[in-house]
Amino acid sequence: MEVLERFAQGDLEAFEALFRQFQGQVYGWIVCIVRDRGIAEDLTVETFWRIYRAHARFHPEGNFGAWARRIATNAALDHLKTARREVALPDDLAAGAQPDPAVHRETREQIERAFRELSARLQVAATLALVEEESYEQIAEALGISVGAVKSRVFRAVRLLRGKLKGLGVEP
Amino acid sequence: MSEANNEKMRELLRRAVPPVADRELKRDLWPQMLRRLAERPARVPWFDWALLAVPAIWFFFSPEAIPILLYHL
Repeated sequence: MEVLERFAQGDLEAFEALFRQFQGQVYGWIVCIVRDRGIAEDLTVETFWRIYRAHARFHPEGNFGAWARRIATNAALDHLKTARREVALPDDLAAGAQPDPAVHRETREQIERAFRELSARLQVAATLALVEEESYEQIAEALGISVGAVKSRVFRAVRLLRGKLKGLGVEP
Repeated sequence: MSEANNEKMRELLRRAVPPVADRELKRDLWPQMLRRLAERPARVPWFDWALLAVPAIWFFFSPEAIPILLYHL
């Protein structure tokens, strides 16, 4: 019997095989959203916990990776909704450890703060689309919404950011 | 909102919130997962049961209160 079929029936060994195969992929997706390694690891476990509980709802002919990514996105969104105002974005994960000299430190902090004030839904869409440059199709699949809805969220995020930055005296 | 403005906003955002450079998982999370699986399901606190018991006892001794409550719901 295929591993996906056995997983759908609640087989723990099949679940372990899928966990080992997909944990890196799920973690990589989550860390892009929450931008903290420790939290991303916890949320990866939380995602697979949700996956394990929902095994009976999984169709073995379906795409496990896409299903896992959607559950991971929801777990990350739930985390951001509760913790986004408390946790600062860590810099150690960022590409290039040195801050960009072209943008003044204070301006960077203002942009970062304004970005973190966006709702979790807008923040996730904007992070994945603008910062991580994931495809709109992939983001739409992970969020369970249409490509148009993703574009709309990104558009609203940019508009709100621009408004916030203008209010702070930063002209984007 | 022009495309050029959007591009400028994207650039500013990427400088303030740079992309994640290292997405690789550094360790196996299966032991953590096993611990999570071994955890007992969440238990209902005793005071929740007590809160449930109060109306149950009330309805048991005063069944005439049930339609009154239903009317107000």
